[in-house]
Amino acid sequence: MKILVCISNVPDTTSKINFTEGDTKFDTNGVQFVINPNDEFGLTRAMWFKEKQGATVHVATVGGAQTEPTIRKALAIGADEAIRINAEPTDGFFVARQLAEVAKNGGYDLIIAGRESIDYNGGMVPGIIATLLDMNFVNTCVSLEIEGTDAKAVREIDGGNETIATSLPLVIGGQKGLVEESDLRIPNMRGIMMARKKALHVVEATDAPTMTADVKFEKPAAKGPVKLVDAGNIDELISLLHNEAKAI
Amino acid sequence: MSVLVYTESDKGNFKKNAFEAVSYAYEVAQQLGDTVTALAINASDCSVLGQYGANKVKHVSNEQLTNFNAKAYANAIAEAAISENAKTIIISSSADSKFLSGILAAKLNAGYVPNVVAAPVSTSPLVVKRTAFSNKGFAHTEITSETRIIGVSNNSFGVVEHGVQVDVEDFAVQVNDKDFGAKSVEVDKVVGKATIADADVVVSAGRGLKGPENWGMIEELADVLGAATACSKPVSDLGWRPHGEHVGQTGKPVASNLYIAIGISGAIQHLAGVSASKTKVVINTDPEAPFFKAADYGVVGDAFEVVPQLIEKLKEFKAQNA
Ligand SMILES: Cc1cc2nc3c(=O)[nH]c(=O)nc-3n(C[C@H](O)[C@H](O)[C@H](O)COP(=O)(O)OP(=O)(O)OC[C@H]3O[C@@H](n4cnc5c(N)ncnc54)[C@H](O)[C@@H]3O)c2cc1C
Repeated sequence: MKILVCISNVPDTTSKINFTEGDTKFDTNGVQFVINPNDEFGLTRAMWFKEKQGATVHVATVGGAQTEPTIRKALAIGADEAIRINAEPTDGFFVARQLAEVAKNGGYDLIIAGRESIDYNGGMVPGIIATLLDMNFVNTCVSLEIEGTDAKAVREIDGGNETIATSLPLVIGGQKGLVEESDLRIPNMRGIMMARKKALHVVEATDAPTMTADVKFEKPAAKGPVKLVDAGNIDELISLLHNEAKAI
Repeated sequence: MSVLVYTESDKGNFKKNAFEAVSYAYEVAQQLGDTVTALAINASDCSVLGQYGANKVKHVSNEQLTNFNAKAYANAIAEAAISENAKTIIISSSADSKFLSGILAAKLNAGYVPNVVAAPVSTSPLVVKRTAFSNKGFAHTEITSETRIIGVSNNSFGVVEHGVQVDVEDFAVQVNDKDFGAKSVEVDKVVGKATIADADVVVSAGRGLKGPENWGMIEELADVLGAATACSKPVSDLGWRPHGEHVGQTGKPVASNLYIAIGISGAIQHLAGVSASKTKVVINTDPEAPFFKAADYGVVGDAFEVVPQLIEKLKEFKAQNA
């Protein structure tokens, strides 16, 4: 089985988000970039398939040279080869087209992307790839088992889970649940050394239009101070929630 | 021309997000000078969509579409868009709509913007305001493609009544066997309980509760409020609660009217996911807990004392205001 894990290079979850150039750009100053958490769950599941079922795992990202530490980290965790498509990831559709182009010639049985990247939250990449390549697709995937070419996936739905029977070739939009939190791996020294020797192919982007453009950013409006209610006076809390907030 | 809106239903009944999506479509159509056409699949009473601004409902009645199937449903929406020559398509932000969104975008070669929280900023060019960076910011996004898909964030624009004269027509769609390459075999869903995605009130608890055995009072509080229950990430990682209850940046987003956080410190990843809720209440023993900076109302106190009181007082309140 040949697996491609699509990796987005995103600000660490603890990052404070600021904007620059007249609020038209995300300010990367002082921001640390990491593997998108949803993709990390998928990568970790892919490592399981590698170790238990002999799969080959490639990772791909769309981004400039500054994203290489993030894909090197994926190699250090255990991916076999990496591909960097050398282009600014301008919008979700563009990114999906680039990844689909790379995947088309790679003969992958399984493509794992995240349900969304935690920066622009587009959530369309896996669905577009699956459609462009005419592969099966399961989104918000929280469990994936593969036997031969049969796959059993569980996806999260509003208020529960749905079990889906499908088959390879398959694309999933992964998230937490795909593996346990405790299965996530921190690269060790040996992994980091080995990653330096693994192939990191840089390929040029194919021509693709962008469909959307962020023209301006805003931060949420500052919030007023919290109103404290005495623990012995819960009636007041209820009255505030009813009369002031109109929330109950 | 018309704005096409996909309206979700469950066992024939429209979901609340369907009414919000139609309300949003009406606003967009007003701004563009278009009419609103809704697409409904196996719904029982389509005329109700007129109340929220639909001029026309295309109703698909098809046994093969009894269960949600992302590819087949995306096909149906695409066919409806083509038959109406609709260039603007509105969907919701439910798990199902997000599932089909990428497929639909690829089929129609359309720009898609999810998590939209307000009426368009402008229509020429079409610019919409959406959340980004997991609710730590907003982006104004221009959709430059000819066909465009807007995903409305739950509980953001709201349900608005308009009372429009509505025509309902049958619409037959092509269903292909190959759309069922991923097939539902089992749905495991809580029934009769609000879900995090559509609940007005969400009661959420964190590590401060100390152990899974203490969730009885959280469920009771949720019950009194008709609320969905949620939890912080470590609580689901520890297996105290199911993963599906984990809210925050790496869990589910919450955009309820009321969010009550009990024994949750308010880490940045947690707050990012819940900040879209309109009113936030925190109950925590530690007055320095970061959640107090993000909340509207706060009680500094022990959950094991405050929550039982809150349950009693709410019961009294509900009895009086029934
Ligand atoms: C990559 C990444 C992603 C993450 N994503 C998420 C996410 O999506 N969602 C999320 O929630 N977290 C997320 N986290 C974890 C986050 O950083 C915090 O660790 C987590 O939110 C803390 O959970 P908590 O508030 O339940 O626990 P704690 O931080 O341990 O807080 C417990 C709180 O309970 C209070 N308390 C104790 N006893 C009582 C009592 N008797 N009564 C009342 N209060 C009491 C304490 O004062 C404390 O404030 C993420 C972390 C990382 C690294």
